Amino acid sequence: MTAVAHDVPHGLEHATATGLDSRKLAIWTFIGSECMFFATLISNYLVNKGRSLVGPYPHEAWTSPSGEHFKPILEIPLVTLGTALLLFSSLFVVLALSGAQRGNRRALVGWLGATIFCGIFFVGMQVYEFTHFVHEGLTLKTNLFGASFFTLTGFHGTHVTIGVIWLLTLWILGLKGKIPPSKSLNLEMAALYWHFVDVVWIVIFPVVYLIK
Amino acid sequence: MEAHATAGGHQEHEHPRAAVYAKVGLILFVLTALEVGLYEITYGEHTGASASAIQPFFVPLLLLLSAAKFALVAMFYMHLKQDSKLFTGIFVFPLTIAVVIIVGLMVLMAYHMWFARAG
Repeated sequence: MTAVAHDVPHGLEHATATGLDSRKLAIWTFIGSECMFFATLISNYLVNKGRSLVGPYPHEAWTSPSGEHFKPILEIPLVTLGTALLLFSSLFVVLALSGAQRGNRRALVGWLGATIFCGIFFVGMQVYEFTHFVHEGLTLKTNLFGASFFTLTGFHGTHVTIGVIWLLTLWILGLKGKIPPSKSLNLEMAALYWHFVDVVWIVIFPVVYLIK
Repeated sequence: MEAHATAGGHQEHEHPRAAVYAKVGLILFVLTALEVGLYEITYGEHTGASASAIQPFFVPLLLLLSAAKFALVAMFYMHLKQDSKLFTGIFVFPLTIAVVIIVGLMVLMAYHMWFARAG
């Protein structure tokens, strides 16, 4: 084994062939792959849209052969609130990043805290929605809508949860003053992931909830 | 604009100021309100005579609003407007494949359904 001499101290600047930071290039590549992952889930939802043989249905009422009546299952007002908060969280995280880059710890911690709050609200909204659906008789196995809906929104919700955990760790580091401007890229990468989760929801919201 | 030096020591991009972020946030909020408003006008409980006139344009309008929101977040919040074009390429190339997958599968399934119905 030969020892490799490192001229560049850990965590400091290093030159790259592209002139761009490799970590940022990596997160963009990951986001690119995620685009195709969600494309498969969205197309799965769209292809199976309106093909459920039994209810409950997303937008129409349904009466089962046994006479049980089911209302349209989607709750637009609650999800609209969740959508608005997720959009605002994107604003909050760029403000946190801006604070981190300027060395403003208060702005970093405050805006990041607001982002995390919005993320937790969104996840809570989804947990409530899923629980409500199961109580109403819609599960992953009920019909094609249930299968494609839970798969699509469930994977998105998982991404949001991962994002919340990531941002929470950065928030704790920020509280301890461990995100100086020179390390703001750590937050920028998490912010890029968070924005991606947001843009995916920008597509899911009209496709699932608004288009009949 | 705020200059932001990167790991390579380059001026990779300049991030917009907080006021620009807030303006974009406001526009995103308005566009979301328009989406839901459009849904309420077309399919809500208190739809008027205009509902049937809007219905043929409902989906294209909704997709247009959604695309505008997507572009705003990508350009301003994800900084693709200021950052290296390489990042834009890395994002847009798979995004294009994603759109082609969605449209292609929908066309394929629609054709399959039509073919099955035609006998």
